[in-house]
Amino acid sequence: MLKYVIKRILLMILTFIVIMTMCFVLIKMLPLPAVKEQGRDVQLVLQRREAMGYNKPIMTQYYLYWRHILLAGDFGVGEQMYVGQEVTKIMLTKIPYSIVVNLYSILIAIPIGLLLGIYAALKKNKWQDHFISTLVMLFYSVPSYVYAFLVQYILCFKTGWFPLTAASREVAGFFSWTMFRSMVPAVISLAFGTVAGLTRFTRAELSEVLTGDYLLLARTKGLTRNQAITRHAMRNAMVPILPMILGEFIGILGGSLIIENIFSIPGIGNLYVTSITVRDYNFFMADTFFYTLLGLVAGLVVDLSYGFIDPRIKMGQR
Amino acid sequence: MADKRINLENIPKEKFALAGENRRITDTKFETKPVGYFKDAFNRFKKNKSSLVAAIIILLLFLFALIVPFFSNYNVTFRDGYYKMLLPKSKLFSFLGWDGCSWYTVSQAGYDSYSAIGYEYGGSAVRKTSEPMVEEGTGKTYYKIYLDSYEKVGFAYVDLTEDEFIALKDYQNSTGIQVCYPIPENYKMSYQSVANGANLWYKLADTSNTTTGAALRHDENGMPIFENNYIIKDNPTYGRYDSLRIPGDDGGKNGKSWYVYSIKNQTGYRVRVLYSEYYKYKNGFEANHLFGTNQHGQDIFVCLAMGARLSFILAISVSIINFIIGVSYGSVEGYYGGLVDLIMERISDILSSVPFIVVATLFQLHLANRVGAVPSLLFAFVLTGWIGIASRVRTQFYRFKNSEYVLAARTLGARDSRLIFRHVLPNSLGTIITGTVLIIPGVIFSESMLTYLGIVNLETSGLTSIGTMLSNGQAYLSTFPHIIMFPAVFISLLEISFNLFGNGLRDAFNPSLRGAEE
Repeated sequence: MLKYVIKRILLMILTFIVIMTMCFVLIKMLPLPAVKEQGRDVQLVLQRREAMGYNKPIMTQYYLYWRHILLAGDFGVGEQMYVGQEVTKIMLTKIPYSIVVNLYSILIAIPIGLLLGIYAALKKNKWQDHFISTLVMLFYSVPSYVYAFLVQYILCFKTGWFPLTAASREVAGFFSWTMFRSMVPAVISLAFGTVAGLTRFTRAELSEVLTGDYLLLARTKGLTRNQAITRHAMRNAMVPILPMILGEFIGILGGSLIIENIFSIPGIGNLYVTSITVRDYNFFMADTFFYTLLGLVAGLVVDLSYGFIDPRIKMGQR
Repeated sequence: MADKRINLENIPKEKFALAGENRRITDTKFETKPVGYFKDAFNRFKKNKSSLVAAIIILLLFLFALIVPFFSNYNVTFRDGYYKMLLPKSKLFSFLGWDGCSWYTVSQAGYDSYSAIGYEYGGSAVRKTSEPMVEEGTGKTYYKIYLDSYEKVGFAYVDLTEDEFIALKDYQNSTGIQVCYPIPENYKMSYQSVANGANLWYKLADTSNTTTGAALRHDENGMPIFENNYIIKDNPTYGRYDSLRIPGDDGGKNGKSWYVYSIKNQTGYRVRVLYSEYYKYKNGFEANHLFGTNQHGQDIFVCLAMGARLSFILAISVSIINFIIGVSYGSVEGYYGGLVDLIMERISDILSSVPFIVVATLFQLHLANRVGAVPSLLFAFVLTGWIGIASRVRTQFYRFKNSEYVLAARTLGARDSRLIFRHVLPNSLGTIITGTVLIIPGVIFSESMLTYLGIVNLETSGLTSIGTMLSNGQAYLSTFPHIIMFPAVFISLLEISFNLFGNGLRDAFNPSLRGAEE
């Protein structure tokens, strides 16, 4: 078990380094943005670039890049946006927004999704199941931005119940009522997709478990249907569902590119999109670093969690 | 007794006769027709009503994308400076409220200004009017009017060169349609400072007011008096003025004075035109936007078709390429196994760990200038898109490669390629086809997301995509929701249909998986 975990972590690190190296080389192959475009003191910009080692050979730069990250968590400074400010600091101010929005959304979505999925599975092939499955199919297929637009149009414009953009941290704390209220439209839009995915998954898993022979045995030995479902079916159905929920929780760090953009939430996803559109390579690299790491860690944790949740699953065996 | 007994051991040869000597013994022919793998799947697919409907919707959307650009008067590069944000209008279904009009609440001044537009040429921009509502407290009057978004553009000043001006005059003379209208006295004031300047042709009570609501004269009952205010000159060729006169419309009081229809400037002439007629003259057809126009004056109907076309082309090419790469990669991986599998699996692991947005961005940064935005987007989709199919194929190979019939074929001397393509791969064809089809909605969604976020910009290459249309419309979500509604509905319909279709395919190819998710 331990051996397997270590092997997986080492492989993850290897994958991560390969990806970052590719990105670094590809980004460094691009010409730097013209100094004139920066519209500031040309000399100053050139000096800063010199000081940051932009004129050194690419291998040296690569070495320096990793050294700065590993020793100081330093990803450089903004070139096109937040000019001269430290990338790490800016990113750390953005992450909480993403976390707050996503946290609310999954806290709402998980109970709803689980309940709907369980209900649909128990009523399989009855009209309740068909109704829920059709709705899930709709919400699963319709792109997230479409219901984001709908939510924005109805809740922000037509009824005016909620403000159009997220409150800033200067005005209100992250867990204050003002902040929550300003984020409700985004939270709802995000929750749709999660609810749909979770309902679908739960329904599929539970209805598969419900056909198992041991459930028949449980009924035969005298358990009521409810007892059999809660004590036997649910616990087995949860084996694949829990890792999925765990993955969702890790994913809250990453925010959502498109929802943050639509509702102008100054989160990490929004920062990423801006860094791409204005071509700020330092921010782009830092964000890529963050996202890639997040994806890899989430995948690893989800995979390993199977072994912890269900001891019958032996890790690393085929 | 003994005579009657037959000696069974020595039956004479003559006693034997061949049974059915002249009958040919063959297998009886099947009464039914043979049902092949695909035929079987198709039969099952036909029974699935929702998937069948989805397939028909996909076909219709596809035909829409294919055909509309050929028969439309417009194209993506068509932009109009005045017919912006027009509402959807269909001549055929105008009774359903699809008539390019909408309700506005306007003040008295706004009401006067809008009704004055139609008054001059005998049309009407205001289709219906509610009773005036008087606001308590301020005593101001408001109207609810049903305003035609096409007619409300009204008049415009356009600058023409000498040749264009003469051509326009010829057009007027030959067809008898009046395009140019007299220029009003308040031309200077209104052209420079009033938004709808060319529509202020009547006398104002208060010319100092420079907003659209510049006060009009009213009679005792509060009804507007439309009194024309045109520039009249005695001599048509007087000074720097050059006028065009339509026969029968001399405007003169004494037969000597004329309305001024154009004003000469350094580059040519400035004329005041009725925009709907000028549009017809300029473009050769009447303005009619089935889905309205956006803030650039582009026709949403044709943009949507072109955007859908791009999405379809991209998605279908990506799925075909991914199919080819995925099948070859997965087969090699799964068939040979061992070290080959280990190395290839690591490669695909690494590739699949790169966030898609990073791939798309890097391809855009590096390749978009060299090969264009669309091909680089295609490469980005292909780079990581085949992994799903490859892993499906690999799993199938692991399942079948050691089965008895493969062993038998190998014993009979079949080569590797024959084993792969003739014996193992056809078994997994159903899963692979389903996987390939389900790539399409994913690609369409990702493409629209990238163009929506502005990470991929297609507009520079004279193209448009659904994502671009969505981002165009987002700023006008509260005021002109139709700009965003049509692309959003289109893409939702497409995604739902493709998912239903894919599910139907999966059920048809693998009946044992029916109803299961993934």
